[in-house]
Amino acid sequence: MNGDPTLERITQGGGLALCAAGPWTARFAPVLERMVADAEKLRGTRPDIFIDVSQVSKLDTFGAWLIERLRRSLSHGGGEATIAGLSENYSSLVDEVRRVKETPEAETGPVSITAMLDQIGRVVVGIGGTIIGLIDMLGAVLVASGHVLIRPRSFRLTSTIHHLEQVCWRAVPIVVLITFLIGCIIAQQGIFHFRRFGADIFVVDMLGVLVLREIGVLLVAIMVAGRSGSAYTAELGSMKMREEIDALRTMGFDPIEVLVLPRMLALVLALPILAFLGAMAALYGGGLVAWLYGGVDPEAFLLRLRDAISINHFIVGMVKAPVMAAVIGIVACVEGLAVQGSAESLGQHTTSSVVKGIFFVIVMDGVFAIFFASIGM
Amino acid sequence: MLVQPISDAIIRVRDITVQFGRTRVLDGLDLDVKRGEILGFVGPSGAGKSVLTRTIIGLVPKVSGRIEVFGIDLDAASSSERRRVERRWGVLFQQGALFSSLTVRQNIQFPVREYLRVSQRLLDEIMVAKLVMVGLKPEVADRYPSELSGGMIKRVALARALALDPELVFLDEPTSGLDPIGAGEFDELVRTLQRTLGLTVFMVTHDLDSLYTACDRIAVLGNGKIIAAGSIADMQASQHPWLRQYFHGKRARAVIG
Repeated sequence: MNGDPTLERITQGGGLALCAAGPWTARFAPVLERMVADAEKLRGTRPDIFIDVSQVSKLDTFGAWLIERLRRSLSHGGGEATIAGLSENYSSLVDEVRRVKETPEAETGPVSITAMLDQIGRVVVGIGGTIIGLIDMLGAVLVASGHVLIRPRSFRLTSTIHHLEQVCWRAVPIVVLITFLIGCIIAQQGIFHFRRFGADIFVVDMLGVLVLREIGVLLVAIMVAGRSGSAYTAELGSMKMREEIDALRTMGFDPIEVLVLPRMLALVLALPILAFLGAMAALYGGGLVAWLYGGVDPEAFLLRLRDAISINHFIVGMVKAPVMAAVIGIVACVEGLAVQGSAESLGQHTTSSVVKGIFFVIVMDGVFAIFFASIGM
Repeated sequence: MLVQPISDAIIRVRDITVQFGRTRVLDGLDLDVKRGEILGFVGPSGAGKSVLTRTIIGLVPKVSGRIEVFGIDLDAASSSERRRVERRWGVLFQQGALFSSLTVRQNIQFPVREYLRVSQRLLDEIMVAKLVMVGLKPEVADRYPSELSGGMIKRVALARALALDPELVFLDEPTSGLDPIGAGEFDELVRTLQRTLGLTVFMVTHDLDSLYTACDRIAVLGNGKIIAAGSIADMQASQHPWLRQYFHGKRARAVIG
């Protein structure tokens, strides 16, 4: 008996029989569910209802459960429903689904004003937690550095060099390319607008100060946060997920010393180098545009540049770089070690590593601007 | 011929060759799995047991050979035919492979929700039925995989593999990492499910207990081929050196008692 499953109603004397036939399997579950819901309306109309399943050609968990659901629902209204004609093969399956007692509802959080306020409150409290977490990590890294200074043999040189290659050497092409293009754009915009006042040559002043003091290091720091901060978080996060960090700890190693310190050190060394290369590439790009688009020949450009900028501008830019690197590194490692067991959590923490990294880089830049202004650099 | 042609074979593997670079992992392998049986698949570590499983379910490309599942040649099948076949089998991966960002409830309901248009009520009821079948309490439904023990992960993964009531399940080392009592319960569970649901089970295992208590038939992989297939008694009678060591070693004697 193939084709579609059926559930027929047959009245015999005073009783009622529901005859199930055909394949009662997962494939037909939507149809079966509708038929069973229909039949459930018979509840309470008759004292005794037979559910005859002798014509069922195939039965699986879905079918067995729906028959069981029908039996329970019909038995509710004071009547008594019984399953008849169950073949030997399927009786154990029906016994199995009979063990299902109640079905717990999915937990859904309350949706209301209170829940929203609750959420906002948690986020605000979370900000405090974030800052404490960062300071905590800073302290842990300093303690680990202290250990390494006392016992220089425990310093992981190979690991540091490996990370230096990843975050510095391999980042050079993209950093140089992007800063070069930004230098070009700044020079072009400067020339375009300054030309109206006949002040073309001042584009060199703008380019020099902007690139060396601000744009060079800020842009590179943002790129590094996106490129290396995210990689650190993902690496540490997946190690956390697979209990590798716990394994390190039980072997008597400090994860901060083994994993975090080499990464931090590599980043602190890499960012000044990248910032310097970035600044040079931006100046080169700006000079090129000034020459080809603004008609400022290279000699005049260099002469003007020498007048416009002092060593202070360069120092201001370079001093910021390692501090920003430390901030990016600490944020990335804190986020990485905060990853929980799921893939989703890894994604969330990697995102928040980049977002927080960039945010703190810009905040630090502002703090530095105030500081340098007040000491007159 | 070690493998006789069997008319009622649910999986029919013929002359399969799988190669990774220069290493030939499977070399002209033939295997039949009969409808309704539990086939235990053993062999030394690294012999390619998981590779064969993954080749049959289509995760590893083969160099040559022919695989028929439910009488359908998987190479010749159109993508819709293939999907229909995939709906009829369930796979339990070695590490469970539960979706870590979904709860137990969502993990089990995922395949059902994708393939069948049924109400949330039925989804929940079926989910609980599956949990009860694999011996778990319905209370675990809203936990995440990271909050489960190793044994529970295997059970939930089995429940997910069984979600659509497949006719065939592949179990890759289902009892590895379980304590002996848990492993024994798992074997019992596979037996029960095979009886109640009429499942065919393809089980890769290292567990001698599983072979004795759960399997109807055993196939042994070595040198990229099936070196023996038959009942546990056939295996014990075999003169093959690896089989002798496997079934008459210290651990085996402990199991036989």
